[in-house]
Amino acid sequence: MAAETADIEDHEGPIIEVKGLVNRFGEQVVHDGLDLTVERGEIIGVVGGSGTGKTVLMRSILGLQSFTAGDVHIFGKPVKGLGEQEELEVRRRFGVLFQNGALFSTLTVAENVQVPLREFHKMSQELMDEIAGYKIGLTGLGPEAGPKYPSELSGGMRKRAALARALALDPRLLFLDEPTAGLDPIAAAAFDELILELSEALGLTVFLITHDLDTLYTICDRVAVLADKTVLAAAPIEELLEIDHPWIQEYFKGPRGRAASAAKTANRNREAATA
Amino acid sequence: MGEATIHDERTDEGRRLTLHGRLTVRFIEKISPRLREMEDDPVPIVLDLKDMKRVDTTGAWVLYRLIENRREHGYETELAGADDRIQGLIEQVGKANQTVKIRPPQMQRRYAVLARIGGWIEGGVHQFGTFLAFLGMTMLALVKNLRHPRRLRWLAIMRQAEVVGVSALGIVGLMSFLVGIVIAQQGAVQLRQFGAEVFVINLVGRITFRELGVLMTAIMVAGRSGSAFAAQIGSMKLAEEVDAMRTIGMPPIEVLVLPRLLATTIAMPLLAFYGAIMAIIGGTLISWLQLGIPPVTFILRIQEVVPITDVWVGLIKAPVFGIIIAVTGCFQGMQVSGNAEEVGSRTTAAVVQAIFLVIVLDAFFAIFFSVLGWL
Repeated sequence: MAAETADIEDHEGPIIEVKGLVNRFGEQVVHDGLDLTVERGEIIGVVGGSGTGKTVLMRSILGLQSFTAGDVHIFGKPVKGLGEQEELEVRRRFGVLFQNGALFSTLTVAENVQVPLREFHKMSQELMDEIAGYKIGLTGLGPEAGPKYPSELSGGMRKRAALARALALDPRLLFLDEPTAGLDPIAAAAFDELILELSEALGLTVFLITHDLDTLYTICDRVAVLADKTVLAAAPIEELLEIDHPWIQEYFKGPRGRAASAAKTANRNREAATA
Repeated sequence: MGEATIHDERTDEGRRLTLHGRLTVRFIEKISPRLREMEDDPVPIVLDLKDMKRVDTTGAWVLYRLIENRREHGYETELAGADDRIQGLIEQVGKANQTVKIRPPQMQRRYAVLARIGGWIEGGVHQFGTFLAFLGMTMLALVKNLRHPRRLRWLAIMRQAEVVGVSALGIVGLMSFLVGIVIAQQGAVQLRQFGAEVFVINLVGRITFRELGVLMTAIMVAGRSGSAFAAQIGSMKLAEEVDAMRTIGMPPIEVLVLPRLLATTIAMPLLAFYGAIMAIIGGTLISWLQLGIPPVTFILRIQEVVPITDVWVGLIKAPVFGIIIAVTGCFQGMQVSGNAEEVGSRTTAAVVQAIFLVIVLDAFFAIFFSVLGWL
């Protein structure tokens, strides 16, 4: 048991490794031989048109959904066929932010944050309360958010609260499903900033599904493009722009893509000027 | 390997704590109390972190708590051998640190009881008021639509009548048939003691037409359709479909409530009559098998002993029960707002209230008809 733990802790090499993933629902093939590698410490953005299976890919990696064929390794462990104990060992090392937060509606925000702590560790209530306090603060929520129920929160606050729960166990790997969808541009920019800051401070690896071009430009080290049932390319945006594929060209060079790119360049220029 | 350990030594200047291993959320429970104890030690403490393998935010926060609480007491703490990452982490969690209430503030017990009673009363009065308003709106819409029958949505009415009535034939028939069997069989056991088995026919005939056919059907329709009305309309409200209708200019009462109301009102007497017939068939069968009364005799006797007013009593009650079921179901559905949980609780409320009201009204009807002399 101890040896197993050390194994995961000291795991070198890619954090997520997907090889030849096939997902089929009846007649419909979503993924056909999909490969993707996520390295330690990087923020990888996953984009693709509707129905290209971004969420299915994430659910396959998380082990929430069984896939037709292929191999998925997370921290060097296969997600299929793990023992119960081993699976828990892997699970406590990643946090997930679902698209709509998926906060438990019968618990307050602070209690939501404490759920994973209570589930995985024996801890005094006092310590758990203190931990919930700074976790909630870490995601930029004030102390007044703690005793509130999810239904009393705005969309942006709910996402932050869900992020606090995802961070409760100090995961090494964070999955984010459209974290900025439904947020206003100011809140979305703040959320991007928050994720970038946290990933730097905690050495997080982030797997991020998004349609938000600004997020892609601001925080992602690499972007994986899902199209034609596979990962078309996984590279920094600058390199993606060189690829001659109609969807990629349209996605990044369409009016919104150009605007986001211009904003990024302007930002960089401003930073260079002040430096 | 793994767990964090503290090496504690006294030096000339004070105490030197050397930490080894991993200071992570996993091992925090053992370390946290030990560090808490040191908060009250007035001698200067040096925290040596150079042999730490890994510190996560929880670990950093425990260190922050130690340093901060000692600083408040005016004691000195020095961090040694901490790299930038750990320093940064401690700074980050320090900024994030806040005391958070876990649950909303709670009232004192005796006040809480009073508050709850008050809440019930307020809720009940409010509910009654909105129900009356809903009933009024429905009646207005009904009158308006009956004056211009072309405005009625006949297609929707027919579709609802099919769901409420035709689809229920199987279950209502089976249930009534079985109830008929039970009444005849139990009646026979009792009446045999007086040698009056033949009165089973009176028993079955009168009770099914007058009471049980209608009542059992109403309960089944409330469970099947009243709940469905509440759930359907409730989820439509959640998905903002009802609001969408309003903006398009389709009054939800006319589009959603009236067809269900009319369909249930039409279907209930038909179902109730059919239920009574099925119960009589059940009674006939058991009388034939157990008492040897031939079916023809049974049917002929029914005509003699069941006054036609019994049939009218059943047929008058049935549409009224239908109205109650449809109105409570639709009303509860329209009351849904907020989250999905409410659809469930409103659906439950619709069924419970409908059945309760049906039975209360049935009692009133019993008195009413006896005053009329329809015994």
